[in-house]
Amino acid sequence: MEFFLVQSLNGISYGLLLFMLSSGLTLVFSLMGVLNFAHASFYMLGAYFAFQVSAKIGFWPALVVAPLLVGAVGMLVERWGLRPVHKHGHVAELLFTFGLAYLIEEAVHLIWGRSAVEYRVPAELDGPLFQIMGSQYPIYRGFMMLVSVAMLVMIWLALTRTRIGLVIQAALTHPQTVEALGHNVPRVFMLVFGGGCALAGLAGVIGGNAFVTEPGMAAAVGPIIFVIVVVGGMGSLAGAFIASLLIGCMQTFAVSLDWSLGGIKISQVAPVLPYLLMVLLLIFRPKGLMGTREG
Amino acid sequence: MKSAIQLQDVHKSFGTTKIILGVSLQIRAGERHAIIGPNGAGKSTLFNLISGRYEVSAGRILLHDADITNLRPFEINRKGLSRSFQVTNIFHNMSVYENLRCGVLWSTGYRYSFWHRVGGLQDVRRRAEEVMERIGLARRRHTPAGTLTYAEQRALEIGVTIAGGASVVLLDEPTAGMSRTETAQAVELIRSVTEGRTLVMVEHDMGVIFNLADRISVLVYGEVLATGTPEEIRANPAVQEAYLGALHRKASHADGSHA
Amino acid sequence: MKYEPLNLGRWILWSATALLFVAAPHIFQGGFALTMLTQMGTLIIFALSYNMLLGQGGMLSFGHAVYSGLGAYATVHALNFIGKGQIYIPVPLLPLVGGLAGLAFGVLFGYVTTRRAGTTFALISLGIGEMVFACVLMFPGFFGGEAGISTNRVVGTPFLGLTFGPAIQVYYLVALWCFLGMAAMFALTQTPLGRMANAVRDNPERAEFVGYSTQHVRFLQLVLASFFAGASGALSCINFEIVSAENVSPIRSGGVLLATFIGGMPFFFGPVIGAIVFIFFVVALSGFTKAWLLYLGLFFVLMVVYAPGGIAALILMQLQVIRAGRWRELAPAYALALLAALLALAGVIGLVEMVYRLSEQGASTVLQVFGLSFDARSAPPWFVFTAVLAAGLAALRVTARQADERWGAIQLELQAKAAA
Repeated sequence: MEFFLVQSLNGISYGLLLFMLSSGLTLVFSLMGVLNFAHASFYMLGAYFAFQVSAKIGFWPALVVAPLLVGAVGMLVERWGLRPVHKHGHVAELLFTFGLAYLIEEAVHLIWGRSAVEYRVPAELDGPLFQIMGSQYPIYRGFMMLVSVAMLVMIWLALTRTRIGLVIQAALTHPQTVEALGHNVPRVFMLVFGGGCALAGLAGVIGGNAFVTEPGMAAAVGPIIFVIVVVGGMGSLAGAFIASLLIGCMQTFAVSLDWSLGGIKISQVAPVLPYLLMVLLLIFRPKGLMGTREG
Repeated sequence: MKSAIQLQDVHKSFGTTKIILGVSLQIRAGERHAIIGPNGAGKSTLFNLISGRYEVSAGRILLHDADITNLRPFEINRKGLSRSFQVTNIFHNMSVYENLRCGVLWSTGYRYSFWHRVGGLQDVRRRAEEVMERIGLARRRHTPAGTLTYAEQRALEIGVTIAGGASVVLLDEPTAGMSRTETAQAVELIRSVTEGRTLVMVEHDMGVIFNLADRISVLVYGEVLATGTPEEIRANPAVQEAYLGALHRKASHADGSHA
Repeated sequence: MKYEPLNLGRWILWSATALLFVAAPHIFQGGFALTMLTQMGTLIIFALSYNMLLGQGGMLSFGHAVYSGLGAYATVHALNFIGKGQIYIPVPLLPLVGGLAGLAFGVLFGYVTTRRAGTTFALISLGIGEMVFACVLMFPGFFGGEAGISTNRVVGTPFLGLTFGPAIQVYYLVALWCFLGMAAMFALTQTPLGRMANAVRDNPERAEFVGYSTQHVRFLQLVLASFFAGASGALSCINFEIVSAENVSPIRSGGVLLATFIGGMPFFFGPVIGAIVFIFFVVALSGFTKAWLLYLGLFFVLMVVYAPGGIAALILMQLQVIRAGRWRELAPAYALALLAALLALAGVIGLVEMVYRLSEQGASTVLQVFGLSFDARSAPPWFVFTAVLAAGLAALRVTARQADERWGAIQLELQAKAAA
């Protein structure tokens, strides 16, 4: 029972982190039609930037500074890289972000080397939050959940309650009209893309020290995020939410359970489970759980 | 009289917005039938429902008495129905000849073959060249479709639509945006290529309609107001009201007299 | 395909290609050149099969190595069975084994992946690729784990006296299959399926309305492509005598994507050029610098932004001007732009190499670039290279615009002449 509770909490916190990543991806995709293949790379940049910044001035400033830095990089990328590629179509955009993922990984290799860096949970957040029947639940996991939920609530409020949010929603379907009304649509897109990257960066700040910060982290979590958006349905935030929690819990339980099926331990098979889920869904429900927009 | 297309109480909603509210229509085999109506009446939606681009919310659609409701577009096309698009929907990177060849391929039975050399298929070549001649684009054979003039693209659009030899042809605003001479040429083209076929046409140009159509259906706010010969429709008071009513009322209001 | 020379021209082109395949080892002599040529031949088939999806079908796949890799695994097991005397297949026919294995998996995975199109298809192909890669590591019994499965290609009765031990024999085997594969894939573009694949790429909606199921067209195109991919995997297995998880890895899938795109995806011969350039980059450049992957990535991204038609497009655009006899007017502008680009490149190389050396733990910070040696810890080299980069970029901006204007002017004049 206690095992189940602890692992559920772990699964939910992991799932919320995944949702932070997949929601940023989905927002950018919905609003700009661009699937940012390098989204997980900005996650990685967030972790590395946080590592550098927290080494100089501490974790709490890094929590704010690192995502902003990542967002700035995202805006530069959109302005100088993605914008000229728009006219060549979606395949070219996807190829560009694919190349970008390559480049960012190599740049990380270049600057920080090939092995993991010591990005640690800060002392004040390191320790048990509460006890569940003899097991301790770490503060940091609770902190992760808090940040995830807070960020997502803020995004939702920003999109639905603020003027800029309404402009963004309008520009989704009628960019020319919005531009004719005097809004600077290219600048809106730049902000949206930068915002998506900043969100990924924030996920990196809080995830990088809970898990490991190494050059392979983007390639490890990237495909999972893509599976989430496919399973949830391209363009659906609700679908991404359900899929994130589902896969987060599935992975957490699979790794910690000690069951075997026909000689194969379920923990061995764990890496493959999200992809199996995707295949099953494609066979029986190709649009995804709550699919709205075709890629 | 055999019917080519039958719509039985067809409804279509997008979310909560009802676009088609119970349309029942019969298109007779071999006739030229025009569908007219104010903008937003649902004419293109009706085409999209018949040709399989959209799924119906309720009702049935029959083609030559076979149920084609909610079939995929290619399944409907293989049963003998072909449609053109209001916004030209051709293969922009291919030449005129290649466009028409794509329209011809399925009907000549080669299907998904990867063992025939398409350049050597005489029946495919003959049919494509025949259509190319009829639509008057033989001298533009090798031109990429994206670089044709607007009227030429509209002609190619019709060409691709009829290339497969469909017995029922749906043309969605074929003369939209054309000048008077271009329209006259298009009308003659449409008349000749639909000899012996069933034609359903959405049009706004009354001249074209009265020139070509055997019967007209008037669609207003997703419902069929009236169906009949051009003379019957012209004389129908409800149709006059729907088209001219608002204008009429506004004019009489302005000068203070009653209609 | 857009560029179609006269039929006579086509025969000449193919004969010349065949001749080049035969003569290549004599023109580029030595063991190192031979390994490069063999790898190029293998990658050519792989890239051409990939372009059946991307360039011809409009399907961007991030997991094509699945088919070549599984074909390689099938081949390595077949080779080992032949070695133990349990079955006999002449070594030259092994690419068929790989091809059939690739085809089988193409049917299996293709059914799932072609249910969606566009971006979704790309992501699904990535997922399938990751899944197969993870499975390969999970079942070491069949896949040999991380170390993979090794084999010996000198097994069974020699075929026509050839043991395929010597590298030169392997080269000619690869060259033969490469040529046959090229011819077969070109022939496929001239079939109804090939033509409709192009139609589905250009306007999938209209293709449905002329009677074709786009899903079925894509499925068939993928199945055929996976056959050739599997064959290329078999050749890779014969060449290296080892197959490991790397053969099905996302890195391989990414590599063939890069190669195909760099060569030029809208043209049939594009991937051929791309494969040659890619192998050259990877094999030759990796000997010079540890940052070669970064340079490759940079090259790829720049091509996506500035030359999405690839090297083939760049060449073909020049051919047009050359045929009109006006290339001499462009050449000086191009030369200037090239010099500016080289300057900028020098700056980039200097900076990258210095950063790399500094990040390497325990390595000396003194390095040699362009024959000059300096200490990466000191400030002057940083200033110098940054200045060089800045100057190069500024010069490039100006010269590229000039070249572009010259080009545009010539194009206008050529078009006016054609219309007259």
